[in-house]
Amino acid sequence: MTHHHDDDNGHISRRHALECMIWAGTGVLWTISGGIPVSLNLLGAAQAAEAMATGFTFLQISDSHIGFDKAANPHAIDTLKEAMGKIQALPQKPAFMIHTGDITHLSKPAQFDNAAEIIGGAGFDVHYVPGEHDLIDDGNGKAYLDRYGKGTRGAGWYSFDQNGVHFVALVNVVNLKAGGLGNLGAEQLAWLADDLKALSASTPIVVFAHIPLWAVYPEWGWGTDDAAQALGLLKRFGSVTVLNGHIHQIMQKVEGNVTFHTARSTAFPQPAPGTAASPGPMTVPAGQLRGLLGTSSVTVKQGGQDLAIIDSTLA
Amino acid sequence: MLCIRLPARHMAAILTAFTLTTATCQPLRAADAPMVKIENFAFTPPELRVKPGTTVIFRNDDDIPHQVVANDSSFRSKALDTGDTYEFTFTKAGDFAYFCGLHPHMQGKITVAP
Repeated sequence: MTHHHDDDNGHISRRHALECMIWAGTGVLWTISGGIPVSLNLLGAAQAAEAMATGFTFLQISDSHIGFDKAANPHAIDTLKEAMGKIQALPQKPAFMIHTGDITHLSKPAQFDNAAEIIGGAGFDVHYVPGEHDLIDDGNGKAYLDRYGKGTRGAGWYSFDQNGVHFVALVNVVNLKAGGLGNLGAEQLAWLADDLKALSASTPIVVFAHIPLWAVYPEWGWGTDDAAQALGLLKRFGSVTVLNGHIHQIMQKVEGNVTFHTARSTAFPQPAPGTAASPGPMTVPAGQLRGLLGTSSVTVKQGGQDLAIIDSTLA
Repeated sequence: MLCIRLPARHMAAILTAFTLTTATCQPLRAADAPMVKIENFAFTPPELRVKPGTTVIFRNDDDIPHQVVANDSSFRSKALDTGDTYEFTFTKAGDFAYFCGLHPHMQGKITVAP
């Protein structure tokens, strides 16, 4: 398969971006080498295996929507259990997990409890960020923060380090403005600037948040209004990986040293941008659902800047 | 007397009168009360004109929750699950723009004028 050499300015063409999206949908492996993203086909898996042997992996799950019981998947709780079962069966155990939001469908205590039992039951450390579905309790987010807000700032943002990689968890689902998209807000951006200040430019950065931090499809609200300011703060770093959820399908884009990736949901698929009347849950023929749900595994090579993302379905 | 011989009919008359009185005391709200349907991530109709004192019903027909929030914060529903409704009585004249608190690209407007 073609490597992405793109133009001399490091810009990726729209054609290449679309190719990435297609490959991603069929289980592509990504690695970032020296800030230049290179896509590998599955024959390149040996490289990932090598990376796994010397580095660590972490696992992303997203949009579990516990409580969702509509036609697109009447059993969202079962597909989350299946996803966790597959994660537990992985030959190389992930160092930890991240959940990129919409843990629950309606922020109800029983939904949070069920999710915590199923996800927590696997025994991994899990780092969460909220989706908009996690903040619609009567306390406007109290239910989420009571469970996952310990040690976080503001609406639940935080950072941590693992094996030389700096992880930043951002919240872009609060104080949404009429006509707008996802929102980080001035307070969080100021915190981010401060958080990144002391880091050397060679530190690999992984940013995760619920709504994509790039304009996937603003017509459906799939983007974040002030993401450009956050990305501006990340510009000096040689390797930045941005992991999001919200859109229940894999999308990938590479811009300079930044790789953007969205994960599948474990609950229900949503249509590709502009292919349906609305972004609502997509009902597919029986037998196809599990091929559209899944998780993402990210491998970080020790001492290098390489990250490889492998998407797996529940099928 | 008639009222002694037909107590049930008498009661019915009283109840009817009570119902009518109650109805006239309430804001304009009946089976044909104006409704904004929320479907396919859109408010339908996106713009609605009503007289002061009218109660507007918002109903979520999507499989995803939505939330009705006034731009000026003058009204705000809870998150509406599928089939849930929210009612608000518009007493003051003016334009009231609103959006979905969960999906803010969804917008609508209620114009209140005599």
